[in-house]
Amino acid sequence: MAVEPVRQISGTALPLRGDDIDTDRIIPARFLKSVSFEGLERHLFEDDRREADTQGKATHPASNPAYARASIMLVNANFGCGSSREHAPQAIRRRGIRAVLGQSFSEIFFGNSVALGMPCPTASRETLHALMQTVEADPSTLLSIDLEKMRVRAPGREYEISLPAGAREAFLVGSWDATGLLLEQFEQVEAVAGRLPYVTANW
Amino acid sequence: MLRSPFHHGQDTGQTQLFIGLHLIHEVTSPQAFDMLRARGARVAFPQRTVATVDHIVPTRDQRRPFLDVMAEEMLSSLERNCREHGIPLLDLSSGHQGIVHVIGPELGLTQPGMTIACGDSHTSTHGAFGAIAFGIGTSQVRDVLASQSLAIDPLKVRRIVVRGRLSHGVYAKDVILEIIRRLGVNGGAGYAYEYGGDTIDRMSMDERMTICNMSIEGGARVGYVNPDATTFEYIRGRQFAPVGDDFERACRWWTSMGSDREAVYDDEVILDAAAIQPTVTWGINPGQSISIGERIPASGDQDALAFMGFRSGQPLKGTKIDVAFVGSCTNGRLSDLREAARIIRGRHVAPHVKALVVPGSQSVRAAAEREGLDRVFTEAGFEWRGAGCSMCLAMNPDRLEGRELCASSSNRNFKGRQGSPTGRTLLMSPAMVAAAAVAGEVVDVREFATTEAALGR
Repeated sequence: MAVEPVRQISGTALPLRGDDIDTDRIIPARFLKSVSFEGLERHLFEDDRREADTQGKATHPASNPAYARASIMLVNANFGCGSSREHAPQAIRRRGIRAVLGQSFSEIFFGNSVALGMPCPTASRETLHALMQTVEADPSTLLSIDLEKMRVRAPGREYEISLPAGAREAFLVGSWDATGLLLEQFEQVEAVAGRLPYVTANW
Repeated sequence: MLRSPFHHGQDTGQTQLFIGLHLIHEVTSPQAFDMLRARGARVAFPQRTVATVDHIVPTRDQRRPFLDVMAEEMLSSLERNCREHGIPLLDLSSGHQGIVHVIGPELGLTQPGMTIACGDSHTSTHGAFGAIAFGIGTSQVRDVLASQSLAIDPLKVRRIVVRGRLSHGVYAKDVILEIIRRLGVNGGAGYAYEYGGDTIDRMSMDERMTICNMSIEGGARVGYVNPDATTFEYIRGRQFAPVGDDFERACRWWTSMGSDREAVYDDEVILDAAAIQPTVTWGINPGQSISIGERIPASGDQDALAFMGFRSGQPLKGTKIDVAFVGSCTNGRLSDLREAARIIRGRHVAPHVKALVVPGSQSVRAAAEREGLDRVFTEAGFEWRGAGCSMCLAMNPDRLEGRELCASSSNRNFKGRQGSPTGRTLLMSPAMVAAAAVAGEVVDVREFATTEAALGR
């Protein structure tokens, strides 16, 4: 399936502080009880949001109306660890987020996000800290993630970001929806299958 | 192994990897089939995909239709998709249903040298057989259905060597909790974890599976143990294992697919098995753990401590529990049930504790019943349930209520993981769970059952 290249993502941002935020927190398992991904965004961070509301903590950024129209999410280290549920990046994407910039991501979450056309580039802890501070001070701050120049820009400043070469190329050329590309080489897949003893039962 | 000949380059610089075995279940596959349908694509190799139902299965009343209409819809959808595409489905009436990572090995579907993918992060379990096995998301499930392949980035390999004898009362679960504690929940990012050393060499397949299973909790998508005689003997005679001369030839091929003696690793870590103690988590990720004799460190994460209702400097020993859960793809196999049963035999669950045993598969359940383990559990006050994921992630009716504290043999202590947003989990070995169930509080299983017979070693 032909998909659009993703070269630049611009907009306001939603800052979400904390390391090791797992996919159970992004979307609790009870909301996986469905045969479609529709409506998942309503339950994004639901239990963390409720915990913040009921325990007199600061409002969870995903509940804060100041970030309601954000198209970039800023996170810390090991974001999306745990369960492989694609429901997590689906809920984030359906909330209107088009890129997540973080210190690091769990590999499965990262791969799932690529498949949705939602890049997850990384930047240093210092960069994330600076960007989060800026956005928290002024939620209307416009950020721009540029996958061609590998930079994130805030007013008056820019920082280096990184993305593994395979994912970056997939976004730039618009091949992040892998099915078509994988099928282009299906003859080779069949050839490999024909050589494997556990497939052919020819031990 | 990672450079075995079935790979070839793709335009993106990644590798297109043939997937030898694709396991699917009801939670992460329905949308994949819809995507496939939307593109008019077909399942490329229906016989290389095997389906079962595990996450949403009720473990008490399994009559159809399920009382939970959403659970029923998910299973019906899986049944429809398997029928339409000719995919074998091991359903509740098959006698082989169970957690996908328990049934793959026990049916002999999981074999050395295979590449295995499943829409579930604990797919790393299968690496215990010398397979390259990893979890994927739903879009990738679609890709495997359509093309029997995936585009992957190269992985570095960290060899984790465990040497020496484990003490009595210390299990594979304690080894992997110690590894995660040492290397961190993010330490394995970008790596496959290859486990070796004489401690791992002496382990049964069940124990190796427990270790590989939780690789993902250390950030490593892939866990791996080289196949050896233990591996081959486990596979011999299983339903999908090669037979006769084929089996002997298969053993040679499997051996040839293992990593070389001269292999150079990107990193190496050595652990002393004798120093590992029974381990319990105190926080909200599996790296936040202490050995049973320790106190929660002063550096303990404040958010985690606040959620758990613990404080730095506090021991876990003596902490009152509400629920005890024996089960999951980490510790829901027959040997795990035996370890727990040894501890509780002739004893009774504390009056305030709700305790349940959920076998990892129907086969595990039947084998346990043949040994009379079900009676040991029920006489001790445990509930003896049907097979499934159950309270590991609480997508079925088995879940914590309110702030209940659960001693659990599962793999994740994330906030809300066991079904109540404020529910709390202490991860530990099945023997430690059984001991906690009886004592009503966290105890050191070595003090609880001092005879070697009870500790099973």
